[in-house]
Amino acid sequence: MFLLQPSDLDAIQLSFKVACAATLLSTPVGIGVAYLLVHTRIPGKSLIEGAVNLPLVLPPVVIGYLLLVLFGRRGLIGSWLLEYNIQVIFTLTGAIIASAVVGFPLLVRSIRLGMESVDPSYRRAARTLGASGWDAFFTVTLPLSGKAVFAGMTLMFARSLGEFGATIILAGNIPGVTQTIPLAIYEYTSTPGGDRMALSLCLVSIVLSFIVLLISGAASKSLDRK
Amino acid sequence: MQLAVSVRKKLGSFNFDAEFDLAGQRVGLFGPSGSGKSTLMYLLAGLLKPDSGSIRLDDIVLFDGQRGVNLPPEQRRIGVVFQHAHLFPHMSVRRNLLYGWRRTPAQNRHIEPESIVEVLHLAHLLDRGVNLLSGGERQRVALGRTILTCPRLILMDEPLTGLDEELKFQIMPYLNSVFSKFDIPLLFISHSLLEMRLMTEQVLVVEQGSVKRQMATEELAQSTWAAPRQSYVNLLRLGPPEPHGDLWSYPWGDVRLILTEHADNQENVFELDAREILLFKRHPEATSARNLLSCTVRKLFTVGNRVRVELQCGSRQLIVQIVPESMRELELEEGREVVAAIKASAFRRLM
Repeated sequence: MFLLQPSDLDAIQLSFKVACAATLLSTPVGIGVAYLLVHTRIPGKSLIEGAVNLPLVLPPVVIGYLLLVLFGRRGLIGSWLLEYNIQVIFTLTGAIIASAVVGFPLLVRSIRLGMESVDPSYRRAARTLGASGWDAFFTVTLPLSGKAVFAGMTLMFARSLGEFGATIILAGNIPGVTQTIPLAIYEYTSTPGGDRMALSLCLVSIVLSFIVLLISGAASKSLDRK
Repeated sequence: MQLAVSVRKKLGSFNFDAEFDLAGQRVGLFGPSGSGKSTLMYLLAGLLKPDSGSIRLDDIVLFDGQRGVNLPPEQRRIGVVFQHAHLFPHMSVRRNLLYGWRRTPAQNRHIEPESIVEVLHLAHLLDRGVNLLSGGERQRVALGRTILTCPRLILMDEPLTGLDEELKFQIMPYLNSVFSKFDIPLLFISHSLLEMRLMTEQVLVVEQGSVKRQMATEELAQSTWAAPRQSYVNLLRLGPPEPHGDLWSYPWGDVRLILTEHADNQENVFELDAREILLFKRHPEATSARNLLSCTVRKLFTVGNRVRVELQCGSRQLIVQIVPESMRELELEEGREVVAAIKASAFRRLM
């Protein structure tokens, strides 16, 4: 019953590429935004917070459409990128952007909670030992919230593996280019006789998610031991 | 160290102000909890910004509200040992110790990590995680970490509070040897009079959000005597002991004292309650007390039904508490010779 087409393998590979790229690219930005929210007193903080969390409550399709407007040929960013011959819509880049935007709030929320739970006394101690504010952040606060950063990355990775709505609108459903596992399953279910193929991919999806959970559990345990 | 402070700070409904000018190597900051001791420490270290005023350490201005000077903590070179140590939990003891040292410019480094490890007896702990250390070990590492930044001044915020009695007196010799060996000025914060007397020479008394008085530590210790139900504790620094039958004989100035307790340091600190000393008019022929010291009365001071007698025993002084009736029977007056009798078991070893 376990049948995987070559195009399915492509989809699995693509899903990984998209999830990894979206997570790795977002993490530094996520840390930066969490830092702004936790450690600074900038005006309009609640606006930034709202904007960051919006993708969590908006339907992914809406996000996809807004991104399409923004990155389209006549969009604000799209037209600018076109001058450098970069196209976002219907490409892998588009899929990565869609995943990154949708998963970003999960990442920031987790990192932020982690940073807030680090006792500020450690940072003060570091300052009195001669570390500048940034030095203290990178050598004390960030390592101490490492577990939360990792948890956020795992959440975001898992969310990216399952991203559907925003991706299909911004990047389309092109086999071998932007067709990730959920999009492939969608295509099978809308093709007569594709049920078994869809089921095999579902199984792959379950196994992958389970592996992600196991890895994150093991990693957080080893961080605990330190 | 020369420290000139004139600052004001409002924290919610708490108003803090300090105005003092002091010179000395070992200064205490004494006052009850919530009086503003820690606030002053934060202001000095640069972890809190005063609303107005100025802070000057030796010839360097750390803060000046009018001229807009406010050195960040990392440029003040003021070390802080916090009450709860705050060792970095993600680093080993070694990395904790070297955290500040690595960030100290080479020209300021005049203390080597090896010597600190030796003085504080940390060699066997270096590769351990800090979460496995005992309370006393944590404070030793925190102290070493701070000293390795070679600061111009060290602030210690109740570093002994939270440790049990025995441990406290185990740590204090370390503190004393470190501060005398490396000659770093110390500002010691505590609400314990005994700790103050063991660690400092002069004190700033902080009460209700402001620095009230500045005096010698011993003067503070004697001034608390006037309060009801308070007694005075003599702190005796005794030399190395020699066996004396089944007891121990310690040099104290130019006399010797016989004690039941053994101590093995070059200098040993014992406490002796002023109420445990008996006075005799003439030398008693035989008594159960092992120490009979000929002394001269220097001063008498009566409060209510208690009399404080200051005695001169050779080169040292001793304070005795008696009742007015005894004073009349003994015909005590300044300059009179008396004999003080102290039991060998009346001394309690501190460190």
